[in-house]
Amino acid sequence: MSASVMIFNVLCLAVPFSVAILLAALGENFNQRAGVFNLGCDGIMCMGAFLGFMVPFTLQAGPLAPYGNLLGILGAVAVGCLLGLLFALVTVTFRASQGIAGIGLQMLGWGLSGTLFRHFVGGVTGVEGIPAMPIPYLSQIPFLGGVLFSHTPLVYLAFLMVPASWFLLYKTPWGLKVRAVGTHPRAADTMGINVDRTRYQALMLGGAMAGLAGAYLSLCQAKMFSDDLVAGRGFIAVALVYFGRWSPLGIMGGALLFSIAQSFQLSMQVWGIKFPYEFAVMLPYVLVIVVLALARKARQLGPTDLGKPYNREMRF
Amino acid sequence: MNKQKVLYGGTVIVGFSLIAALLVALVLLSIGASPLQTYKTILTGPLSDLFGVTEVLVRAVPLLLVGLGIAISFRSGIINIGAEGQIQMGVIASTAVALALPGLPRIYLLPLVLMAGALAGALWGGIAGWLRARLQVNEILSTVMLNYIAAQIYTYLLRGPMLDPNELEMGSGTPQSMRLPDAVILDYLVPGTRLHTGLILALVAAVLVWILLWKTTLGYRMRAAGAGAKAARYAGIPVEKYLVVAMLFAGGFAGLAGAVEVTGVHHRAIEGISSGYGFAGIVVALFGALHPGGIIPSAAFFGVLLIGADMTQRTARVPANMVLVLQGVIILAIVSAQSFLRNPYAQERLLRWLQGLVPAALRSRKGTQP
Repeated sequence: MSASVMIFNVLCLAVPFSVAILLAALGENFNQRAGVFNLGCDGIMCMGAFLGFMVPFTLQAGPLAPYGNLLGILGAVAVGCLLGLLFALVTVTFRASQGIAGIGLQMLGWGLSGTLFRHFVGGVTGVEGIPAMPIPYLSQIPFLGGVLFSHTPLVYLAFLMVPASWFLLYKTPWGLKVRAVGTHPRAADTMGINVDRTRYQALMLGGAMAGLAGAYLSLCQAKMFSDDLVAGRGFIAVALVYFGRWSPLGIMGGALLFSIAQSFQLSMQVWGIKFPYEFAVMLPYVLVIVVLALARKARQLGPTDLGKPYNREMRF
Repeated sequence: MNKQKVLYGGTVIVGFSLIAALLVALVLLSIGASPLQTYKTILTGPLSDLFGVTEVLVRAVPLLLVGLGIAISFRSGIINIGAEGQIQMGVIASTAVALALPGLPRIYLLPLVLMAGALAGALWGGIAGWLRARLQVNEILSTVMLNYIAAQIYTYLLRGPMLDPNELEMGSGTPQSMRLPDAVILDYLVPGTRLHTGLILALVAAVLVWILLWKTTLGYRMRAAGAGAKAARYAGIPVEKYLVVAMLFAGGFAGLAGAVEVTGVHHRAIEGISSGYGFAGIVVALFGALHPGGIIPSAAFFGVLLIGADMTQRTARVPANMVLVLQGVIILAIVSAQSFLRNPYAQERLLRWLQGLVPAALRSRKGTQP
């Protein structure tokens, strides 16, 4: 096998692999830009993955079967939005400690998806999922066509979200509000920006994107659901936001780096290079710690009020 | 503490307990289980006979140990989510030491094995502490990642180097280690049950943690670092150092829990040995108000919940994952209630609202100040 074929194979896998963490991290970026550290992202992805699977699975014999996937995605987005709302209630209105509340939300989402799955489905069952949709003409381009333009529609959507979320953050009044309430909520409040409402909106948007990321996992990548489908991708997404220095482009770079590492590790097994399977699975998690250690300087670029609840009644 | 504060605290705690119970009831209804029946089974089922009570205490031992460690870390301002991995590291180290030195007499080997478990857990937790202190790596993310890494190392060792040779030759290939030598097996407290002397060890540990946190300089400094890092630093306390120390303690207790679990209950390293104790320990510590005096009853209560949830799985077919839902909801309720309890404005507002509920006639009769 020539080197270029090997690189081609790795990259072809890497692009779809990056989508789940990319979508979740872009959503988490909105949360963190608004000053809320949402560790429940992982739990939201679990629920999104479950609904993304469950809706088409239930509808597959009925008259709504052709719309199953679409409704599944909508369900995942809705449940993500709802869990984002719950998290906003706890951390913005009740001003609870965000780190611990995030772990609570993660347990809730993880446990709930597992409970409902075992009750309604039971064992491992596949769904048809969303088929690949190569873009006409573009997918014919040698090399690039296969790497970039031969995937499921959600892949294109995820990469379109990169410029979209950049535009939303930096070129719209709402994005300015989000960045203001994450950097200096008191000043924003003085200027008449409703801090709590902006944080609610950002958390719901972030939740919706995490839900979509989960649905991508169950509908496009695995085409099934299991308790450990998400496997900490939500936490990796949170780490990616640090690594990408709170910029959509940086986050995309980080997501691609991760997925290239992951698909390289998978390809190595295909090429017959032997090393214990467990160490291969471990690799992305080790990479997260290394990346976080290296991204130390980036902290100054982040939202300065990240993780701090805002109470307009407090005077100090 | 004045009367108003007690009234306020009581209202908030009862209110959030009800909200949590209602949320879980909704989930139970959605899977077709009767909430009241399920709650009754969970809370009373495990306590209906002596065996049930001892099983509850068997679960409470690791919960107590893990909860103590997590309380130390939370009090010191570092959020340790990594107990799950630290337990597994403790299991590996204690099993390895016990199997490597089978001929040693009990009086040396048992303490050595328990210490090996604690040390391995401490080192695994210390990594996250060091990363936070030196490189400002968020400890929640690093401990979560270390959990996944530990789980893979654990599986690798059990399926490879530490696999019982008997399993390989004639067994079913179940990934588990060899049985530990008798010298390290903990004695049973009640004959015919699984309750072991680890319970005494855990209770002693609770007293020691109380002494450490409230009666020693080290504990005072750790709590100071957690209560206000800036103020502590101004007072000359090297906060970063105490973050690492706190994580060493937290990991050490989780590792000890692993060692006790393997020497007291399973007598060999098996897959899934920590079975969520690391996550449940967080809830235990928070529910016990991060104080050993609260964590002891809290560990017993969650022991009841875990056994009760097992029972509902068998009788009412409620999946075991329900425990995670319960724990998640409890965590969200506790952190919400906590921030209400700390908020004097909310207290004033709620009390005024409660007063509004009391009929005007009743109020005027009391004739208090305006």
